[in-house]
Amino acid sequence: MEWLISLAIGVLTATGVYLTLRARTFPVVLGLTLLAYAVNIFLFAMGRLTVGLPAVIDKTAEAAQYSDPLPQALVLTAIVIAFGMTAFLIVLALKARGELGNDHVDGLDTESNKEAK
Amino acid sequence: MSHLTAWPVFLPLITGFILILAHMGGIRLQRAISFLAVIGLVLLSVALILATSTDQYQVYLLGNWTAPFGIVLVLDRLSALMVLITSLLAVGALWYAMTTDTDKKGAHFHILFQLQLFGLNGAFLTGDVFNLFVFFEVLLLASYGLLLHGNGRLRTKAGLHYVVINLVGSTLFLFAVGALYGVLGTLNIADMAAKIAVAPQEDLGVIAAAGLLLLVVFGVKAAMFPLYLWMPSAYANTSAPVAALFAIMTKVGIYSIIRIHGTIFGSEAGELSYFYAPWVLGLGLVTLFLAALGVMAARGLREQVAYLVLASVATLLVGVGLMSAEALNATLYYLIHSTLIAGAMFLLADVVLRGRGAYEDRFESGPFMPNAILIGSVFMIGAIAMTGMPPLSGFFGKVLILSAALDDSWFAVIITVVLVSGLITILSMARSGSLIFYRTLSDESISSSERGEPLNRMAFIAVIGLLLSSPILVVFAQPITAFTEATAHQVFNSAAYIEAVLSTPMVTEANK
Repeated sequence: MEWLISLAIGVLTATGVYLTLRARTFPVVLGLTLLAYAVNIFLFAMGRLTVGLPAVIDKTAEAAQYSDPLPQALVLTAIVIAFGMTAFLIVLALKARGELGNDHVDGLDTESNKEAK
Repeated sequence: MSHLTAWPVFLPLITGFILILAHMGGIRLQRAISFLAVIGLVLLSVALILATSTDQYQVYLLGNWTAPFGIVLVLDRLSALMVLITSLLAVGALWYAMTTDTDKKGAHFHILFQLQLFGLNGAFLTGDVFNLFVFFEVLLLASYGLLLHGNGRLRTKAGLHYVVINLVGSTLFLFAVGALYGVLGTLNIADMAAKIAVAPQEDLGVIAAAGLLLLVVFGVKAAMFPLYLWMPSAYANTSAPVAALFAIMTKVGIYSIIRIHGTIFGSEAGELSYFYAPWVLGLGLVTLFLAALGVMAARGLREQVAYLVLASVATLLVGVGLMSAEALNATLYYLIHSTLIAGAMFLLADVVLRGRGAYEDRFESGPFMPNAILIGSVFMIGAIAMTGMPPLSGFFGKVLILSAALDDSWFAVIITVVLVSGLITILSMARSGSLIFYRTLSDESISSSERGEPLNRMAFIAVIGLLLSSPILVVFAQPITAFTEATAHQVFNSAAYIEAVLSTPMVTEANK
């Protein structure tokens, strides 16, 4: 299971970084979303990988018989924040598209843009 | 456990909620509530400073869970000082926003302003790394809203860059926190510092990597080379009160480096003790030099002030990188000075912009602006303070940092870079001052539509008020340096911090 998780994190991160470095706003948004997925799985894995164990400690269970609940709480927080930020970024990207006349991250000086000035 | 510790976090949050309800009550009601809350915050932070004067750590257990199981707020001299600087800056920025009607340019200015303060104060007070991440997100989301407040093409473009780079920074922050948690099994700063001392040898590589990743994140916030490129255009294109408030935003990065790295990788950390300091020092020096070049190359006053802020942040990084109590003392003194003066200069740049009408703040000969003698004199005082010339506080701050640098083996390089970049900024400020105030065009050549508006005296009070901090810092240099010196010693005593946080007992009926 470890290699599968690490491969998933690696591929997600690589794709995310590639897309974030693109010149159009939409791939950048997608890239940041993929990076957020990668970091969520990474955080989750930091509580060590277990199968079929409860996150709540049972009084009768031994110490090793549960999965770490803290990373799960962290991931939940991180997911919510990433959602909020992505929503904001999409709105901002639309605003930039409307005001700058194109979806380039630097708002290139195209013909239509020059006229708008 | 006194509830005073939690109030600077909750006051802006509660005010924010009240402001949402007060939205129907019109702008006057919102202004009144917002301004009262900020004044209350100043009084609170003075109370905090007094509460920390005994060198006691005030640890506030949220939900009454003891550290390291629950989240704690920790108040010490450093956090109290940062909260005080923030609230003073907020008063100036808010006054300027109200008197120039900047807060009417879009909806929800006051709510965002209060939530920004909520995030800032939370970041300064928290004792938990993940909680710091959450407060970073709070202050960033509020800052996105404030940065884009009002409209403009350049503002949107710079805002987009600012948002994207900070989202990448947040992702890196989570990677670093996750790695630290995976190895150390805790998120509490004090507990991390305690666990690092006994970490097995094979884990040190991961811990060091996570530590440097955190440095990158704080470097984005502090605008450290090579992560500063977003900063000048974002600050130059936003509205003046927001830019003034953002003078504290870069200092959040500096504070986090002092707090997180200084505690976790402090003197107790064994092999990893202060391993990050050479990075901070080296990158600080590069940033300082490039910032000075930016000051020289700036095309407008607001851009120039943004680069001056960058230069002051770089000077602070150099001070932090020197890693001695003496240097940290000087750094904190310079931090008070540079934050408040940078706020004043952003507001002053806006005053100049309004006075020059169609010529805005561009460095070219424009009309003779109304009240040019008053604005020009204030500009000269601000420039003297900002560039670090005697007799104002910038000079004292720099002298203190340079004298602390004499003990470092790199002292020749440090002194050369600081002095050369200081000279470049002085020359550039002199040039921009003479271009704006002396070489004016004759009255006949300017059409009336190009003329600026007369000076807004009420708004100008904010500039004067913030600038007054510079002579105050000089006149009361003795008590202030005594405070910063005690702060620096407290920061370096990370053992006491760990002890205080981890030994705070739960509140029970008995010890209420």
